[in-house]
Amino acid sequence: MIDFGYKIQADRQINLDTTDKDLANFVRKHENSFNICIGCGTCTASCSAGNFTNFNFRKLQLFICRGEIADVKTEIAKCMLCGKCQLACPRGVNTRNVIMTIRKGLEEQL
Amino acid sequence: MNFDWFVLPFSIGLFLLFILVIFKISFWIRQLPLNDRLLLNKGIFSLKILRVIKEVILESLLHLRIFKINPLLGFMHMSFAFGWFMLIAIGNLESRMYAGTELNLPYYPIFFKFFIHKPLEIPFAEGFTFIMDFFLLLVLSGVLIAFSKRIYSKIVGLKRTTKLKAFDIFAMLSLWLIFPLRLFAESSAAGMYHTGGFMTQPIGNAFAGFLPLDTLSYIFWWAYSISLGVFFVCLPYSRYMHIPTEIILIAFRHFGIHRSKEYDIFKDVEVFSCSRCGICIDKCQLNTMAQVTNIQSAYFIKSIRKKNQQEEIVQNCLICGRCQEFCPVGIKTDDLRLSQRMIFENKENANFNYLPPQTPIKTEVLYFAGCMTHLTPSIKLSMVNILKNSKIPFKFMDEEESICCGRPLMLSGNTKDAQKLMQANIEIICSSQAHTLVTSCPICLRIFKEEYNLNINVLHHSQFIENLITEGKIRVQTSTKTISYHDPCDLGRGLGIYDEPRSILAHTGTLLKNNFEKNNSLCCGGSIANNQNYNLNKDKISKQVIEHLSSKNPDIIATACPLCKKTFVKYSDIRVADIAEIVNEQMILLHSS
Amino acid sequence: MAKKVVVIGGGIAGMESSAYLAEMGYDVTLLEKENSLGGHLRNWERLFPTMRLGQEVLDFLKLGIETKVNVIRNANILKINRIDKRFQIELERGASFNADALLITTGYDLFDATKKEEYGYGIYDNVITSAELEKMFMEGKSILTPTGKIPKKIGLIHCVGSRDEKVGHVYCSKVCCVTAVKQAIELKEKLSAVEIYCFYMDMRMYGMHFESLYKEAQEKHAINFIRGRLSEACENQDQSILIKVEDTLAGRPLKLSVDLLVLMVGFIPSKGTKEIGKLMELEFGTNGFYKTKDQHTLTNVSNIPGVFFAGSCTGPKTITNTVTDARAAVTTVASYLEGYNLEIRTKAFFQ
Repeated sequence: MIDFGYKIQADRQINLDTTDKDLANFVRKHENSFNICIGCGTCTASCSAGNFTNFNFRKLQLFICRGEIADVKTEIAKCMLCGKCQLACPRGVNTRNVIMTIRKGLEEQL
Repeated sequence: MNFDWFVLPFSIGLFLLFILVIFKISFWIRQLPLNDRLLLNKGIFSLKILRVIKEVILESLLHLRIFKINPLLGFMHMSFAFGWFMLIAIGNLESRMYAGTELNLPYYPIFFKFFIHKPLEIPFAEGFTFIMDFFLLLVLSGVLIAFSKRIYSKIVGLKRTTKLKAFDIFAMLSLWLIFPLRLFAESSAAGMYHTGGFMTQPIGNAFAGFLPLDTLSYIFWWAYSISLGVFFVCLPYSRYMHIPTEIILIAFRHFGIHRSKEYDIFKDVEVFSCSRCGICIDKCQLNTMAQVTNIQSAYFIKSIRKKNQQEEIVQNCLICGRCQEFCPVGIKTDDLRLSQRMIFENKENANFNYLPPQTPIKTEVLYFAGCMTHLTPSIKLSMVNILKNSKIPFKFMDEEESICCGRPLMLSGNTKDAQKLMQANIEIICSSQAHTLVTSCPICLRIFKEEYNLNINVLHHSQFIENLITEGKIRVQTSTKTISYHDPCDLGRGLGIYDEPRSILAHTGTLLKNNFEKNNSLCCGGSIANNQNYNLNKDKISKQVIEHLSSKNPDIIATACPLCKKTFVKYSDIRVADIAEIVNEQMILLHSS
Repeated sequence: MAKKVVVIGGGIAGMESSAYLAEMGYDVTLLEKENSLGGHLRNWERLFPTMRLGQEVLDFLKLGIETKVNVIRNANILKINRIDKRFQIELERGASFNADALLITTGYDLFDATKKEEYGYGIYDNVITSAELEKMFMEGKSILTPTGKIPKKIGLIHCVGSRDEKVGHVYCSKVCCVTAVKQAIELKEKLSAVEIYCFYMDMRMYGMHFESLYKEAQEKHAINFIRGRLSEACENQDQSILIKVEDTLAGRPLKLSVDLLVLMVGFIPSKGTKEIGKLMELEFGTNGFYKTKDQHTLTNVSNIPGVFFAGSCTGPKTITNTVTDARAAVTTVASYLEGYNLEIRTKAFFQ
């Protein structure tokens, strides 16, 4: 199958009426800069982990916002927290703290 | 027997203090691991104890380190500690000499002047009264400075002094009251019986002129005793616990008690040794440049003590090391902060199984640019060029892809995950059989040196370049350019590398002095160790740091860290360059003959 | 006697406003720090979206100031004194001018691309700026890379120095997207075999006919538009430039080697804007351009009575916007000098 870069979830559609927004809201609350991403992809292109594996911080962030959090835990485990994306982000997203906050959010939900 | 009911508050207070302090200290010692307890035993009965005593005198009593940083503040602490100590010591001597070898109760020397009214008939009696008055005056001058500092902190050169809670103020007032009350009590005694020294006698005489000393004197003695008693009971629960604890800390240090990364007994002793003198507050750029006033080490340490740890306080710190550098008690505030971060963060979150097996690279010198340096390509290209020109065989370890050194994870408080990255890099470094590892990033350098346990030379590129220049492997032209140098935190305060960058820059141009150099250098603000309000604080800080560095209008602002460079570029109108770039530009190409 | 107006800055806004003010009967002096008028317009061969020559617009502007405007070139301002309601401007070489009103048209500078180090400008030979590409167009020679090759693949990077918190310029420069489209088309016209890739964050085709130019670039010239912002550029062995982006629509990292990398540099407040602002204590907005008294209604008015703004000294503007703004500034200056009733409205509303 051609990998279009996103997986077909169980539902064909993202149903924003019903998706789980808890994690997104948790991160928003604790690291406000989570909100200011414009999806330019600089983080992902510069990513140290991304040199070795298909870790995509932009998509991770986007999927959390859309409530698609099934793969977040395994994906986020790939981050080395090196901070390169933080140095590259044109919007000033505090990426390291976003990652740390997502991890915390996942823990609290368990 | 000399007794009066008013001695009770003092005596009970002292007794409780004694019990509580002994309890606390024995708790610490019992909690120490066995080998540390053995070290402690060995230390007490070795010559090391002399060094402990020396440091206790110099620091706990005379407060020399505070003197060096801030003379007036040093005088204040010295006047309290040394002045009071001398009052106690000489008071004891005086009373003992008077009463012969009789075993006195502890209150007797303290209230000596209440019990003994006639001029003393002991040798040097005049001298004793003079000395006792002198030291009382010394302590009172300290009280006056402390009081003024609370009203207007700039009087001792501090922008802000430590903010206190109600209980702290209560304890502080009880301490402050002791000495004026002692003055009043002794003066009134002197006024009534025509004794006293150069200070107590005239004051006493003046009192006698218009005050009913018969009744008032007794009230003064009561008040004096109560203030002492209250202070003693407050002491173990207030910041004044630092008085006994600092001695333990000094002993721990000299006896070589082990420190771990986690919050341990050593760190607990450090926490109780903090006097909240406020020097850390004044050195903290988040305070002076970004108006963040609740996270400084004094408050952070207090929050540990109160077991009221808020994540914001733990995380909002640049870990720049400025407060640690100037802490007069020598508390390792950075390690303390990281140990608290570990409580929140040290969990196995990461999975780096995707890292491919590395093909060994055999070489003599291994160059590791670091993640950040890939965003400042001019630095890494300069290093590659310098290495090529030196003709030393080298390999670029992370030319294509960097495995993070692990320090960013470590700084976030996650040593478990950091360990995994370290292991991956150690394998590459060891398999290369290189004798030297050179890196451009002080953040990487620090963890390479402190945690990797590599048996090879680990150098920052400034050290490596300096070697190349002294060994004649590269030659650098001088220029007329003026250069202002910024010490990166991890390179300077972190690893003590101050001279090599300066020596190189002296080769390449004229090095200008600025107000914040070496261990007093400022943090650029871009520290990835700060996880809170990153941009807000960073911008405020780096803007002001650039102003300092630009003040003499240099041609170049030089630094030796890709993160500092990237942070400065945003605000600097003057060119910001890494040492490697400057050297590369002015390198005379050697032609192989 | 005619009232005097001094216009500072001889770019588009300065020229056009001088022309109108002079025609309205004011005694106008136009101060230009360089030896020739026209500002940045002199450096642009063709203009978006019409592709007409910049020179034509320049000629038009020059016609306006030919006779009635006192043009002073190489004018470096030393001092501006304010005496009551009048201004006295002293130049470095001694001359001095009086004015009843000042119109500041100090314009913009282009972002210094060396500040975006990871993009390789000033480090790798084959990385140039949009201004340098335009210069190549102006010179009319065949398009070669700085290392002397005919480029087969060219990358155009939008938003260099714009919308970038890391270099301190968080605003959109407005013209770079459409300039990229324009330059891509021109490159394609000059080098038919070339492959062109534009890397953008958002295509901001807000102006009249911009969108059709964008469509033309896709339809007629097969220019590739990739939604992703450049993270790093490095140099290959053959001196071509390897760029790393994320193709955000495909959701995957992407790398591409190009023979020439063109950085679309944005607008920053000009050195002159900063200097005159400091000299006169004019207020700056958060982005470093002059702050106008009201964003909607007093777009040419400064914090000092009698001092007015026109053009891109208050923020990035296209040529069209600048010409319009210059004429708007003229009415504001005239209203102030003549004491129109409208001044009463302004005062009543803002005090």
